[in-house]
Amino acid sequence: MNNKQWIRVTAMQNIPLREGRSVNVAGREIAIFNLGDRVLAIDGRCPHKGGPLAEGIVTGSTVVCPLHAWKISLETGSISKPNENPACVATYRTRIESGIVLIEVPEASQEMEERPLSCGEQNRACLGDSPSPVL
Amino acid sequence: MMERLVVVGNGMAGVACVEQILNHAPKFEITIFGDETHLNYNRILLSSVLAGEKAADEIQLNGLEWYAKHGIVLRLGIRITDVDAERKMVTGDDDSKTPFDKLLIATGSTPLIPPMDGLEKEGLFVFRNLDDTRALLDRAAPGKRAVVIGGGLLGLEAARGLQVQGCDVTVVHLMDTLMERQLDLTGGSYLKAKMECLGVKVLLERSTTAILGNGKAEGVAFKDGSSIAADFVVIAAGIRPNVELGRKAGLEVNRGIIVNDYMETSNPDVFAVGECVEHNGTCYGLVAPLFEQGKVLAATITGNRGPLYRGTIQAAKLKIMGVDVFSAGNFSEKAPGTDAVRYEDPALGTYKKLTVRDGKLAGVILVGDTSESHRYMDWLRSQTDLTAMRRQLLFPGPADDAGLDVAAMADSKVVCGCNGVTKGAIIHAVHEKGISTLAQLRDSTRASTGCGSCTEVCQQLLKAVAPEFQEEAKKSLCKCIPFPEDKLREILRSQRLRSVQEVLEIYGNGVGCEICKPALSYMLDMLWCGDHDEDRSARFINDRVHANIQKDGTFSVVPRIRGGVTSAKELRRIADVAEKYNVPMVKITGSQRIDLLGVKKADLPQIWADLGMPSGQAYTKGVRMVKTCVGTDFCRFGVQDSTKAGVELERRLENLYTPHKLKMGAVGCPRNCAEATVKDIGLVGQEGSWQVVVGGAAGKKVRKADLLITVESTEEALQAATLFFQYYRENANYLERTYDFVERKGIENVRRDTVYAPLAIQQGLRERLRKSKRISRDAWLEGDAPRHPTQFVQIESLEKVQG
Repeated sequence: MNNKQWIRVTAMQNIPLREGRSVNVAGREIAIFNLGDRVLAIDGRCPHKGGPLAEGIVTGSTVVCPLHAWKISLETGSISKPNENPACVATYRTRIESGIVLIEVPEASQEMEERPLSCGEQNRACLGDSPSPVL
Repeated sequence: MMERLVVVGNGMAGVACVEQILNHAPKFEITIFGDETHLNYNRILLSSVLAGEKAADEIQLNGLEWYAKHGIVLRLGIRITDVDAERKMVTGDDDSKTPFDKLLIATGSTPLIPPMDGLEKEGLFVFRNLDDTRALLDRAAPGKRAVVIGGGLLGLEAARGLQVQGCDVTVVHLMDTLMERQLDLTGGSYLKAKMECLGVKVLLERSTTAILGNGKAEGVAFKDGSSIAADFVVIAAGIRPNVELGRKAGLEVNRGIIVNDYMETSNPDVFAVGECVEHNGTCYGLVAPLFEQGKVLAATITGNRGPLYRGTIQAAKLKIMGVDVFSAGNFSEKAPGTDAVRYEDPALGTYKKLTVRDGKLAGVILVGDTSESHRYMDWLRSQTDLTAMRRQLLFPGPADDAGLDVAAMADSKVVCGCNGVTKGAIIHAVHEKGISTLAQLRDSTRASTGCGSCTEVCQQLLKAVAPEFQEEAKKSLCKCIPFPEDKLREILRSQRLRSVQEVLEIYGNGVGCEICKPALSYMLDMLWCGDHDEDRSARFINDRVHANIQKDGTFSVVPRIRGGVTSAKELRRIADVAEKYNVPMVKITGSQRIDLLGVKKADLPQIWADLGMPSGQAYTKGVRMVKTCVGTDFCRFGVQDSTKAGVELERRLENLYTPHKLKMGAVGCPRNCAEATVKDIGLVGQEGSWQVVVGGAAGKKVRKADLLITVESTEEALQAATLFFQYYRENANYLERTYDFVERKGIENVRRDTVYAPLAIQQGLRERLRKSKRISRDAWLEGDAPRHPTQFVQIESLEKVQG
């Protein structure tokens, strides 16, 4: 059930600083963000109306959905605007190896609905196992 | 049974007096006759109507409901022609007879027409009431030569109004200085320079002897044998009190109807108030005395005889934007023991003179800077001993610099000179009626509804005594960066900050949000015109990919079709693109453009290339389009080539960013088919001229645009429009549409800062616009040369998930 794997996704330089890009991995649309000192990844669609989160403005460690300005934490997937909301966006662990972003996703055979990490769980991007800045 | 009070005159003096009478116990059945057909309006604002700053209905004072509420019978359009004081009856020009117990004559005055030849000619106007104003507005048009006879307050305001309407105006004055009753020679020369600077010609010491012309006015001739040409002539040479009814009533009449300190005439049942009366040898032609008289008269007529009218210190303020003139009291230096204290600076156009007699202020003249007029009026009214303040007569000491100390002001001090409202009355109203806003204060006391110069003091008073008063706080942009936007623009400029992140790190929380980041992006772009670090991450997705994001994450593409004019070839290309990329919807927009909806981000660059058309900027806070009608080429009615003008306007402003989206329109005739009067900027063609209008809206809010200026040529219209455009860019808050911006600034200020600004200021605006325009480019060129390799590209994962 909990079989996960790290997938090499794209070169770090493909994601501009403080912007996001969306990528399809294992049938999932995932939004990856470059925060300068780390890379964070969450599900690509806003739980509100399915807005493309990769296109949102990044503010600190949250992203603002471009459709109706829902504010979603890139660290926990929790929603802080329009109000604290139990709805939650899945987050994915990331790491960077030799300038390539890797994302940890469930294996393809697993249920699509399953959440890789639950809301509130820390999901730090790291270089190898170290949480130090990468860029 | 209640006594019958008949009021002859529905003007400011009569109605204000009735208001005062109503403040005493209800005692009368009141009938008011007015020979004008309009409801009571604020006559002193007629010059604002002529200058297009206010609409005629905006200067109305008492609506019908006010008359109804107080059971007042209003008879408009009826002139009272006779009074029978014996039988207590008035007769109207409709032959009606109305009995009265008390009669109040408030007939005001009529324009004084100096004797000259040719007064019967067509094209001769006066400027006294609303109908005169409307007639002048009908006649005024760009390029028309107007001669205004009379260089007093009214003549100058008329001249300025006509000049705003585009006329070529000459003021002809009999005396050797303008406004000689209010200004000395030096003050007059400063005023003359200012009027000339605005573009109004001034001829002094000219005695007009004749209106020239064959049937209609074509010029005026002077005593010295010279003459000048004119398309129409306005006579504003003074006023004459209307005293005929006073005579018919058998009252004692000199220049005006004579009244005593109780405002009684020689007949105990007949009263008079306003410009038609003479008190202690003086007839008043300004508004403040009328209110003071009305108050005393109201006490006397209601049986509360006691308050005295002791005359009013004459104070006059010229209501011309950018020409600040204030005069009060006696400015003559001739009386023994009089000192004149002066200050002048020709470069600033500032002249101040105080006359001080026996240590007290006797008179004041202010030209160019009237900010201290309240202080001087106080000194005049209260006859303050100035010995201790001798060093600060012309320049307030540092302690006073913060403005008038409202706490130190006596309750009896008049705050609103126009309406005679004292500080005490304002405080009383605040406490009695729970007033907390300026609007409520205006409704309740009339304070600051006249010339408006006391607004600041009223606000300070409200702030001091009204517990609920909320000063309009300057809102900071957002929590991330706690400064109001005007302050931020100043910081960015003075500190030469050139990136959003830098600004946020130095002045904000270092992070920013979806509100402040695009706002700061805009400010930097506006200030540095490309000479800055454009941080795309701080911009909304639409501005990263130059297309409008839709609810499903796809984009819409709107190519630029200037003025809505396209061609078969362009349409064919658009059709081909729609087919090639399976565009789900092709839509004609309300802006005379074509919208391709449902386009994938990755397809954008190729679509742009295939279209071969520039970006229509339909996705951004920037110049959208100019909607046009068919103008003169095909339309039977068009009188201006609006299509060409619109296309040119769009060309001059396209590719630029603005605080909010900016839509424009150009129409070739006043039928307004392209709805230019509800656009941010509109050009409205009329026979021989263009009206440039700004601040219109037909969105969430519907607002008719305000007239910025009327000009003759298309080029002048384009210049005025672009001047306003840059002014809006530089001074509006982010996401503030022009309709809010114009309302916040006030159209008078907008005009003063743009089309009537000193040349150097206009040049500055033009130069900065040129600089921005030079660096601006069609955003869709990025399709060929992306800012970032993955700007439009869908990233494919390097590795597939292992199954």
